[in-house]
Amino acid sequence: MIQVRELTKYYGEHAAVRNLNFDIERGEVIGFLGLNGAGKTTTLKILGCILLPTAGRVTVDGLEVTEKPHEVRRKIGFLPDQPPLYNEMTVGAYLTFAARLRGVPARDTAARVDEAEEKTALRPMHGELISSLSHGYRQRVGLAQAMVHRPALLILDEPTSGLDPVQIVEMRALIRRLRGDHTLLISSHFLAEISQTCDRLLVIQAGEIVAQGSEADLASAMGTLGEAELELRCAADRALEVARAVPGVVSAAITRDEAGIVALTVRSQADMRAELARAAVHAGLDLLRIDRGASRLESIFIQLAKSRDPGSNDAPPGGLS
Amino acid sequence: MSATWLIARRELAAYLRSMTGYVIAAAVLTVDGILFNAFALGGPDKRSADVLSLFFYFSSGTTMIASIFLSMRLIAEEKQTGTLVLLTSSPVQDREIVLGKFLSGLAFLSIITLLTAFMPALIMVNGKIAFGHLAAGYLGLLLLGSATLAIGTFGSALARTQVLAAIVSGCLLVAMIVCWMLARVTDRPFSDLFVALALYQKHFPPFQAGVVHLRDVVYYVAVTYFALFAATRVVEARRWR
Repeated sequence: MIQVRELTKYYGEHAAVRNLNFDIERGEVIGFLGLNGAGKTTTLKILGCILLPTAGRVTVDGLEVTEKPHEVRRKIGFLPDQPPLYNEMTVGAYLTFAARLRGVPARDTAARVDEAEEKTALRPMHGELISSLSHGYRQRVGLAQAMVHRPALLILDEPTSGLDPVQIVEMRALIRRLRGDHTLLISSHFLAEISQTCDRLLVIQAGEIVAQGSEADLASAMGTLGEAELELRCAADRALEVARAVPGVVSAAITRDEAGIVALTVRSQADMRAELARAAVHAGLDLLRIDRGASRLESIFIQLAKSRDPGSNDAPPGGLS
Repeated sequence: MSATWLIARRELAAYLRSMTGYVIAAAVLTVDGILFNAFALGGPDKRSADVLSLFFYFSSGTTMIASIFLSMRLIAEEKQTGTLVLLTSSPVQDREIVLGKFLSGLAFLSIITLLTAFMPALIMVNGKIAFGHLAAGYLGLLLLGSATLAIGTFGSALARTQVLAAIVSGCLLVAMIVCWMLARVTDRPFSDLFVALALYQKHFPPFQAGVVHLRDVVYYVAVTYFALFAATRVVEARRWR
């Protein structure tokens, strides 16, 4: 659905993005991952026909964004990091305005507004002034305006930015419900959000794509596929001995040792939580906790960031495409 | 419904829902009323036509100032609050955005201008005025307001904040008004050029006196067109940054 070839954007002398190449298929949920200033928002704005590229070619459904920006905009719904809301309008009036602006015929507008409000659970807020809404609801209104014209592609730039934990969970559930109806491109530097909602990741660093693939692909390439965290009640030496004895374990390291309880991180080429649990029980150790490690994506990301940092001594990762 | 009309309608509603619109309208009517009462009606006896002419003279000043304050928010506020992206990510031409916003400002300015009609009505209580004089004067006010509003829209497109937009537009306006002073200290053909460019001195007094010259109408329409054209180019240029 989207083809990006050699995309470059300069702000004065500074290259915000450089020679980006990637493809997105219809129906995919793509996570666009990168640190602040990596070039995520610039890329999304070019895809949304808000900015023009300095060089390169971007097509959406075969339409070139610089040649047919109007046609492309009809296919796209864009939610910037700050939702573009008119405070003096009611939710219903604002969504009606957004729908008409995106070319929804007058006879269909009320139904489309209803549909968008239904999907984003905004129906009770239809007559409320936007200025009176909480941050979470404002974000939902922003999402509703992006999808009110039923675009094929939804671009969400930091959709959970500034939300509290409960609102983040709600927004994540909302985004998951949009699967199937739209191709989704979600930008974030919030790793858990990307990990839980996306099929495939594009990692951008200093304006360049440094890795792309599923989380498992990236983990495999970075050698972090089998990272597991264990908590055991035993001596640190004994815990290390038992973990390292499990066939397939690449490394094991103690991360905490307090009051007879040790926490260790074990890395392997595959998911070995079952083998590790059996080994601990077989050795007579008290296994208090074992999990895959919520930080798998985080560790991938940190390694990628380090590998691109000129000041870092780490070798660049190999095998990523 | 075209995007221009959609945007104009939303903007006009924003003027009517906000305090700013009412404050500007109240200020214009108050200042205009005071000036009319003190300097047009007051003083030595005058003919009705002279009183009406003075009314249009004072109203031209308040119209220009009101235009600057009405236009300062048009694009700068959207940049400030981040709502411009709603328009620029929609299938809408940049010229439709600029024109829609300008038309909303012009509609609101027209409402304010028409509300001043009670002052000419007061002249009619004790005197006689020609309908043609009245129509010509109001046409002049609307054309002057349109040109000033377009200059303000251009300033609003240039500036990042509303305050800066008002300052930029004010400076442009003053520069165009004082053009006729430059004509006095320069030789031909520059003096002719400055006279022709002068926003007020050369082109408004005929309307004030009840005379409509096609050249003055063309001048104000041309200023409006070029200012809006420039504003559109500034909005378009944002995509290249």
